[in-house]
Amino acid sequence: MADQSPVIILLAPFIGAVLIGFLAFTGGRLIPSVAVVSLGVAVAASIATLVQFAEFGEIIYLLGNWPRPFGIEYRVDGLSALVVTMITVVALITALYSRTAVYHETPDKVPYFYILFLLLVTGLVGITLTGDAFNLYVLLEVSSLTSYALIAMGPGRAVFAAFKYVIMGTIGASFYLLGVGYLYIRTGSLNMVDIREQIVALNLYGSESILVAFMLIMVGVWIKMAFFPLHGWLPNAYSHAPTTSGCILAPLVTKVTIYIMIRAMMTIFGVDFVFTQLEWSGIITWMSVVCIIAGSVLALAQTDLRRTLSYLIVAEVGYMVGGVWLANHTGMVGAIYHILSDAFMTLCLFLAAGIIFSRYGHCRIKDMQGLFRKMPYTMAGFSVGALAIIGVPPTCGFFSKWYLIQGGMEAGHFGFVFALIFSSLASAIIFFRVIEVAWFEPFSEPGHEHQKSESPLIREAPISQLVSLYLAGATIVLIGIFNQDLIAIISESVRGFGLLAASG
Amino acid sequence: MELTEFIVARFNYWIYIVLMMIGLYAMITKNNLIKKLIGMSIFQTGIILFYVSMSVKTGATIPILRHDEIHPSAHFAETAEAHGSGHLAQDGGESTKTPAFSASSIDVDAYANPLPHVLMLTAIVVGVSTLGVALAIVQKIHREYGSLEESEILEQILFRNG
Repeated sequence: MADQSPVIILLAPFIGAVLIGFLAFTGGRLIPSVAVVSLGVAVAASIATLVQFAEFGEIIYLLGNWPRPFGIEYRVDGLSALVVTMITVVALITALYSRTAVYHETPDKVPYFYILFLLLVTGLVGITLTGDAFNLYVLLEVSSLTSYALIAMGPGRAVFAAFKYVIMGTIGASFYLLGVGYLYIRTGSLNMVDIREQIVALNLYGSESILVAFMLIMVGVWIKMAFFPLHGWLPNAYSHAPTTSGCILAPLVTKVTIYIMIRAMMTIFGVDFVFTQLEWSGIITWMSVVCIIAGSVLALAQTDLRRTLSYLIVAEVGYMVGGVWLANHTGMVGAIYHILSDAFMTLCLFLAAGIIFSRYGHCRIKDMQGLFRKMPYTMAGFSVGALAIIGVPPTCGFFSKWYLIQGGMEAGHFGFVFALIFSSLASAIIFFRVIEVAWFEPFSEPGHEHQKSESPLIREAPISQLVSLYLAGATIVLIGIFNQDLIAIISESVRGFGLLAASG
Repeated sequence: MELTEFIVARFNYWIYIVLMMIGLYAMITKNNLIKKLIGMSIFQTGIILFYVSMSVKTGATIPILRHDEIHPSAHFAETAEAHGSGHLAQDGGESTKTPAFSASSIDVDAYANPLPHVLMLTAIVVGVSTLGVALAIVQKIHREYGSLEESEILEQILFRNG
């Protein structure tokens, strides 16, 4: 059973989705429970995989028992074990939150919503486990197609945002596919490890096809992760989606795409090609500096809480891309640690924003007077997330910024260090503005000028939503407190990339 | 002269690039949402042309190996005898473990590589489902705004916001 754990992580949500498809015909009060149970199994399997990795090292799971260059293999190293655990835990927390929200927001589409939700998790888990470049494309499209549909379920403007996301997402995925094609021309292989071995064996470092492949894959992935200035689709899509969709998409999709970037750079092309052959490290770190500053400034300019958070995601993408492209060990470790911590910070904030949205019917910051008095527990959870984004110890946001800044110092890239500090200050302004309005200004009954408000009496969130909010908050603090252990695992897998030698 | 040769010798790659650019142009500039989707479809089809043209092999046949081609005739007779004398299961088990042919005995140029074609079957399926989701979204947009022209939809969004 334990040997099969990598595949169970993928199969549990998939089988859950199929089961919900059948349950939909029988009324289906059980549907949210099925989703929670299947994600619970996935969490257990991913923890089993993590333990197995800690004991025996890299796990290679051959699907259909075909050996490396012929079949598809699942390869679990430290990076994918951690990211896969993050995905399943975030999905489980969101599933706990979803019950009330889904029945409230999309009452006629409950089964479809959960099927798409679980298929999205299947796609994301598959991306992190697979060791095959083309299989990754298919799973990327599985997760993208489901996220288009999950966004389009939202009210009003969400549909149009989803359409833009379809166009941008398809361009991104097509570029990735083209890049894989150019790799295949030169190496004749689709297995990530095998491609790198072929590049080394045939000495293809100077090859133009490999260079074109690298550029296409990078641009494709950047579109998918909303790297400034390719971020156009993200803010509208995430701020108009149904709240549960926002809670699952915002923490996971961009982070998993950053995982793809790291995987492509380190496993497919290898450190020697990316950092030694191409001297792009400086330029791309500057691009991420622009991304961080632009994301923070745009976030400052927003008046809607969910839009603000969406622009903060754009800034956070800059953190991670910059950390990876600093081309040293500390920067890479910081970026990977930030993937984990940012997923839970974003989850916590989007859960809180979702609860506020379901009570108010909107998320305008200036209308949040007296929220602390009306919804004290929700706002306490919100504050944990806000403090983590700003970077206050002992939350994980502090430690990830610490490692990223240290990496920037080591690389001598002070622009990146400046951008990180600037972004911290900007998010401090953003969140203290929210907290000021919600804490100090007296409560005024909302909805007297807006007909949208569905519940005139603003009250505390139901217990299931508070539990998930606090789980997210607790995870933020736990990741922060146990940062040494996590960094040890991450360091170990980053050492496998051979970055130490490259940083010199 | 050299330039024309450079273009003519790889003309299908040029066509794939032209197709992709047509698709990209349509996706960026067209005002009508359905036309954008047509552009998206052309864009994806360009990639299929790319994969198929890189795997073209003239004079190659379908990649199915004939039994007597893999096994030298003596060995073939021996295994046939073994099959005949009733050691079928045992022999079968062994032969799957150690294939009785070496890669060098097969003329690789005589067989087409099926892998790129199989990949494109998958990519076609992905393209069709993307188009399906996109058309469903367009239908929902039409229900919401009563129009498929991007400029009119944007006007309505501005109007609703204030």
